[in-house]
Amino acid sequence: MIPSSVQRLSGWGRHPVQSCRVYRPEKVAELRELLGSPPEGGLVSRGLGRAYGDAALNARGGVVSHLRLNRMLAFDPATGVLECEGGVSFAEIVDAFLPRGWFLPVTPGTREVTVGGAVACDVHGKNHHRDGTLARFVEGFRLLTPARGAVDCSRAADAELFRATLGGMGLTGAVLRARLRLLPVESAWMTVDYSRTADLDGALERFAADDAGYRYSVAWIDCLARGRSLGRGVLMRGDHAPAARVRGEPFAGRPAARARVPLDAPSALLNRLTVGAFNRLYHALHRDRAGVLVPIDRFFYPLDGVRDWNRLYGRRGLVQHQSVVPFVRGDALARMLERVAAAGRGSFLAVLKRFGPAGEGVLSFPAEGHTLALDFPVAAGLAELLRELDRIVLDAGGRVYLAKDASLNAATFAAMYPAAGRFRAVKAEVDPEGVLSSSLARRVGLVDA
Amino acid sequence: MPERVPGTVLVVGATSALARAVAAELARGGHPLVLVARDGAEAGAVATDLALRHGVPARAVELDVLDFDAHSRVIAAVLREEGEALEGAVVAVGYLGDAERARGDFAEARRILDTNFTACVSLLTLLAEHFERRRGGFLCVVSSVAGERGRQSNYVYGAAKGGLTVFLQGLRNRLFHAGVRVVTVNPGFVDTRMTFGREGTFLVASPERVARGMVRAIRGGRDVVYLPGFWGPLMLAIRAIPERVFKRMRL
Repeated sequence: MIPSSVQRLSGWGRHPVQSCRVYRPEKVAELRELLGSPPEGGLVSRGLGRAYGDAALNARGGVVSHLRLNRMLAFDPATGVLECEGGVSFAEIVDAFLPRGWFLPVTPGTREVTVGGAVACDVHGKNHHRDGTLARFVEGFRLLTPARGAVDCSRAADAELFRATLGGMGLTGAVLRARLRLLPVESAWMTVDYSRTADLDGALERFAADDAGYRYSVAWIDCLARGRSLGRGVLMRGDHAPAARVRGEPFAGRPAARARVPLDAPSALLNRLTVGAFNRLYHALHRDRAGVLVPIDRFFYPLDGVRDWNRLYGRRGLVQHQSVVPFVRGDALARMLERVAAAGRGSFLAVLKRFGPAGEGVLSFPAEGHTLALDFPVAAGLAELLRELDRIVLDAGGRVYLAKDASLNAATFAAMYPAAGRFRAVKAEVDPEGVLSSSLARRVGLVDA
Repeated sequence: MPERVPGTVLVVGATSALARAVAAELARGGHPLVLVARDGAEAGAVATDLALRHGVPARAVELDVLDFDAHSRVIAAVLREEGEALEGAVVAVGYLGDAERARGDFAEARRILDTNFTACVSLLTLLAEHFERRRGGFLCVVSSVAGERGRQSNYVYGAAKGGLTVFLQGLRNRLFHAGVRVVTVNPGFVDTRMTFGREGTFLVASPERVARGMVRAIRGGRDVVYLPGFWGPLMLAIRAIPERVFKRMRL
């Protein structure tokens, strides 16, 4: 029998906190055994717990940590295809393969995510407008399902299960191993162009005009600026630096030591005054500059340099609201920013990016349009604000990202994700008894509560 | 001193989280590895992983340590293949068992004794021959702080580990004269399957931290180490409690 431990768990936002029975298999056979005789309340897989809300929580049920099932199994230097277990983290991949000239083809803003979690969320990065989501670089995976056992899925075999699992929030099975095509790079450095924009339209125009010329593109937005400065920000766009641009050994000089937030900040720390001052400073410090050499870790993972940064939001935690709205009906972004600026709840990070076309994942979040990510400290009145934002997104024909979400209700989810029915059909086939469940899945009605 | 090529290290019990961490630490130092475990497929996955991450040769060998009759065949095959290149062995075989059951069920008590003591004696006997002939190398064996004092909560496990510790003292004394080092490792609670979710554990250390301490002990020529280090003074204090007091405690 595999040991377990009842723990108070949360996602990266530290809200909500729920009591779950945690299992941590160290062998594949233990995971099979667990799925074969699941605990009351079912199971959901969990990696590094970077989903913000309750995607990897299962209140009064079981949670399987994949962190000890993290073996790298094969690498083909001719094609760059890495096969590894679902518990391998992006950080481990970068550490092992960047010195050999390979980088992640798609990466979210933290390297502290697992391959299994990245598949389940079908993560995107700053290159979505060009390269799509992670799905495009996933050649296939072996999925451990309750009803069919281990199934090798790819575009050629069990393709519908493959597409339902990409972005399927772990509800179709546990990713035992995945084959991921890495990106060849010449250095551990980026060349980055910074440009300040005076308002929201400025950023959107620049995106539309020349995003295609950059592999990576993202904008930081000052959420507290109002009126004519609404949506002012800094565009950061770049690509991997060629070896010739870097002096010395092109893969040397990656940072090792990291700072850490040692305790919960008082909730009063983040207020209109402090965040406003930070944002003004941030905007002022970023002059227009082109071709700046930036270390790869700092470009992709600025916050990984500060461990446990979520504690800055105080003990009650934070909620991130990330949405995408189509290009047409373009005033949704302005309406959201106006609403947030009026509420005075803006945070350090508001991120704006232009997405390319939607991919093949049935429940994948990205779709053609603009995505906006907003962080909020948990406080009274936040639920109403989030509902208003959801309404704006829904009216614009957009949707919110489940990996970040902690508040969407079933009706809004159903309206935002019309493909949920197609997903349920696949799930019914591989998990007819509903073994795989999560607090998020029940909340949004993806499985029966 | 000229740079020496890191020799091959045999790791027994290699699929445990602690052994895997030790193997990774050794691989980082350039040591080729032979990984021995009951589940050959799992050992193979660990070997491939270490080879991919650290660029050292690593291979897996299947052996159930409770199958005593297989020991000499399997170890002989490894020794034949590796020869003088085999520089050291890490024995990280452990079975905590069900202490409650072991009180009244000799079968469980025996399984605990056989895994933690008898199997290790058998393996170390075979390996000692090789290193004595080779006149150099190391044997690093995972015992436990539980072997330092019998407690009502797990004295069968403690007895097995205590026996192992005494066996290692004698083996160290014998092999010293052949230039072979024997390192006894006494870990406290380590965050592995053995302790996960278990009540009464405290100051639980990561396998990586303990593994770094083990490799430091191997390189630094230590005889006995407590890991993490604070367990040394802690066990000194626990050993100092008079038996007439200790027997009344609920430990």
